[in-house]
Amino acid sequence: MTQSVVVQVGQCGNQAGCRFWDLALREHAHVNKRGLYDEALNSFFRNVDSRKSDGAEFAVGGRIQHLKARAVLVDMEEGVVNQILQGPLREVFDSTQLLTDVSGSGNNWAVGNMTYGSAYREKIVDKLRKAAEQCDCLQCFFLIHSMGGGTGSGLGTRVLSLLEEEFPEVCRVVTSIYPSGEDDVITSPYNSVLAMNKLTEHADCVLLVENQSLVDIVNKIKVMSHGTKPGLNIKRNSAVTSGQGGLSGAEKPFDAMNNIVANLLLNITSSARFEGSLNMDLNEIAMNLVPFPRLHYLVPSLTPLYTLADINVPTRRLDQMFSDAFSKDHQLIQADPKHSLYLACALMVRGNVQVSDVRRNIERLRPSLPFVSWNQEGWKTSLCSVPPVGHSHSLLALANNTCVKPTFMELRERFTKLYRKKAHLHHYLHVEGMEQSFFSEAIASLNSLIEEYHHLDATKARLTPDAPRLSIAR
Amino acid sequence: MSVVTVQLGQCGNQVGQELFDIICSDAQEGQRKTYSAASCERFFHQTAQGDLVARALLVDMEPKVINRSMSMAAKSGRWSYGASSHFSQKQGSGNNWANGYCVHGPCHRDAVEELVRREVERCDRLAGLIAMMSVAGGTGSGVGTYVTQCLRDIYPSSFILNHLTWPYGTGEVIVQNYNSVLTLAHLYQLSDAILVHENDTVHRICSRLLNIKHISFSDVNRVIAHQLGSILQPALTADSHGAYSRNPLGEKGQTLLTPAVVDRRLHTHGELVSALACHPEYKLLSLCTIPQMASSSIAYSTFSWPGLLKHLRQMLISNTKMEEGIDWQVRPPADSGRSRSLTGGSFNTSLANLLILRGKDVYSAETGGIDDPALYTSWLPSKEAFSLWKSPVPFNKYEKSATLVSNSQALLRPLDDMVGKVWNMFASRAYVHQYIKFGISEEDFLDSFTSLEQVISSYSQLC
Repeated sequence: MTQSVVVQVGQCGNQAGCRFWDLALREHAHVNKRGLYDEALNSFFRNVDSRKSDGAEFAVGGRIQHLKARAVLVDMEEGVVNQILQGPLREVFDSTQLLTDVSGSGNNWAVGNMTYGSAYREKIVDKLRKAAEQCDCLQCFFLIHSMGGGTGSGLGTRVLSLLEEEFPEVCRVVTSIYPSGEDDVITSPYNSVLAMNKLTEHADCVLLVENQSLVDIVNKIKVMSHGTKPGLNIKRNSAVTSGQGGLSGAEKPFDAMNNIVANLLLNITSSARFEGSLNMDLNEIAMNLVPFPRLHYLVPSLTPLYTLADINVPTRRLDQMFSDAFSKDHQLIQADPKHSLYLACALMVRGNVQVSDVRRNIERLRPSLPFVSWNQEGWKTSLCSVPPVGHSHSLLALANNTCVKPTFMELRERFTKLYRKKAHLHHYLHVEGMEQSFFSEAIASLNSLIEEYHHLDATKARLTPDAPRLSIAR
Repeated sequence: MSVVTVQLGQCGNQVGQELFDIICSDAQEGQRKTYSAASCERFFHQTAQGDLVARALLVDMEPKVINRSMSMAAKSGRWSYGASSHFSQKQGSGNNWANGYCVHGPCHRDAVEELVRREVERCDRLAGLIAMMSVAGGTGSGVGTYVTQCLRDIYPSSFILNHLTWPYGTGEVIVQNYNSVLTLAHLYQLSDAILVHENDTVHRICSRLLNIKHISFSDVNRVIAHQLGSILQPALTADSHGAYSRNPLGEKGQTLLTPAVVDRRLHTHGELVSALACHPEYKLLSLCTIPQMASSSIAYSTFSWPGLLKHLRQMLISNTKMEEGIDWQVRPPADSGRSRSLTGGSFNTSLANLLILRGKDVYSAETGGIDDPALYTSWLPSKEAFSLWKSPVPFNKYEKSATLVSNSQALLRPLDDMVGKVWNMFASRAYVHQYIKFGISEEDFLDSFTSLEQVISSYSQLC
């Protein structure tokens, strides 16, 4: 069994990360009734003896003593991390896993990436190495950060390039929260584009999440739960936004949105942690979903968003789950994949779902989904037998789809609006190590990425002839 | 004589476990002493306490499936896997053939070879080796190919049969066609015979014949295991004088074109491999078993040998892989009208067939016209092309059952489809960087495509 290390950078990264750990504990408590430290727990937690000062670890198989998260928390201001350390999750982290500073990055990518990146390089590598050494077989680094600010975006991408340098064999899956159009950080387009350049270069795959989509989903659930239709009560702990049953008490703002991100990570790793009839390891995600090295931006969608409290779940509901995964409302970015071109699609199913259910739904939905000509049957499926808390089954769809192009184009537009006027540029150029070429390189990279998606889109309507075969002389 | 089975990857291990389960319960049923003894000797060795331990190795690059298979076997109470007969690592092959073949295979070569040696040494006489794997993933396909190569190196004169499970056409793994093509091309050089089950076909059997509503991989695997068991369990040949055939896989030293010739001194017996895979260009075998029906219906059905054989014959020539929707219009062409094209005519020409009949009144059963020369290619005398095994012991609850193992054009269409798709994907070089990363080149891809185009051409030309 392999282990994964979560690296959370910046305010957003740490808040979302925090929700991940809470929900992970909740999920394992639900499944692991005997209190034994099993392989599944081992993938994200160490089991230590807190009485000993060196924190000696226990191997798999014994009772749970004291769980410590396999994580590194980085933030350039103390507020968020301090809050975590004062909250109910304080036991899960120890001080050697944290790296903080006081003044923050001022929403400036250059400060995060260059100033702090250089100042803390040694310490960061040190902490990452320690986390890696505590793993038997490290398979994946999960980086969680936002793109719009200074720390998550700047220092986060610096951490990403360090990960590639120091641990080139280990998969890097990045969850990036993109800002909405009406973001209150004026320089978020600069930060996002500068960060994207690094993501394109150093990440194995990027799970795209847009704030606006998270907001929409949260509102949708709120409307459902306050609705007055009889028999339509939502099972409280089943909503993808709910943290109920976890350690933390009252919900804080953004918790609901961050819970969605946490659930995304739990579902992606479920087939690697728990057993099922068709397993999917983390290294299979990049293998199947990334046909060309730079096109590794994936669109996630989660269903169901909640379970109704009424009992009977007829098969129709199961098929509905598959349909929903492809609907606009369930995507975690503001896009409609059904009207763009699919390069590849992965379906990660959890719970009591059999291969025939998956086959039936693929056959049903396939005609309405445009796939690129050389990957007409491009589906990767996995079946994990353990459902998430509060549900009998769930589905996570990860699509490599050209619908990310509009998102990137919008970002480019917002960037250009500012860059044309050289607005706020001096804040960046004043930072030591930062040059204007970073900006031009970053926008060039984004342009070429958009071009590549554009080329693929162009093949959509065209009827591509089959590739020539070899004819054997007789 | 014993058979050692190597189970590779998730599919290989899951199917293997079902296979041993079926073989064990079939062997232990009723009072068929000689049959049971032959079956147990072939597939299990007995501990001092009389417990049955499978002659098998479980190999996978991650531990979850092996753990599950071993515990399910132990739970059955009737048999188990050897406690140390397994090899696993922590991290899988990531659905990447090159990762399995170039990295994991060589890395763990010694450990796996050691396990194989130990298992083979426990056998009095080795009949041959069976490697079970899927072709869609990374371990079964990549590591499986590498292990087959090792087996070939260590046991150059033993039979090696590869059992392959082909994935659903509509995808379980996006790069499945690359993995499949790379595997098949390499195995063609290494294996004696390649026996294929297609998930699509087995799935249809589950839904149409067995009436299973929610088909799971266990259901699919159990059907595959049933079909495999019906060919691997002991049977009698015309010349074995009442003794169960000692080597189900074959006898080396038989000349290519005379597989079924009796040599009483050597106690020759039915030869699965040497009868069917008698020419190096033609190694693909398919099988179908009838009847297949929901166990609740078996009690209410009666079967006759002529009826079963008539259906089986028509299934063979019309290339219908299950007993439903058989096209009765297809007939063997008149001598002059033998067509050579892939699509022209739906008649399925056979190179060789092995018919296995099990159950009540089997001695009265005839060949059902499956030995008719019109069904076979013209360049192999039908006497050599057709073999018949019988066993009076009913198999797996069916009073009478008939299995046909064919070396014919049955797999031509699925193979051709697979190769067509692979060219399409390769033309855009999609995913190729993932394979190059682990050590194979574009040349290797092209070589594999070429080999398979050759195989397709050979089979299309059969007439």
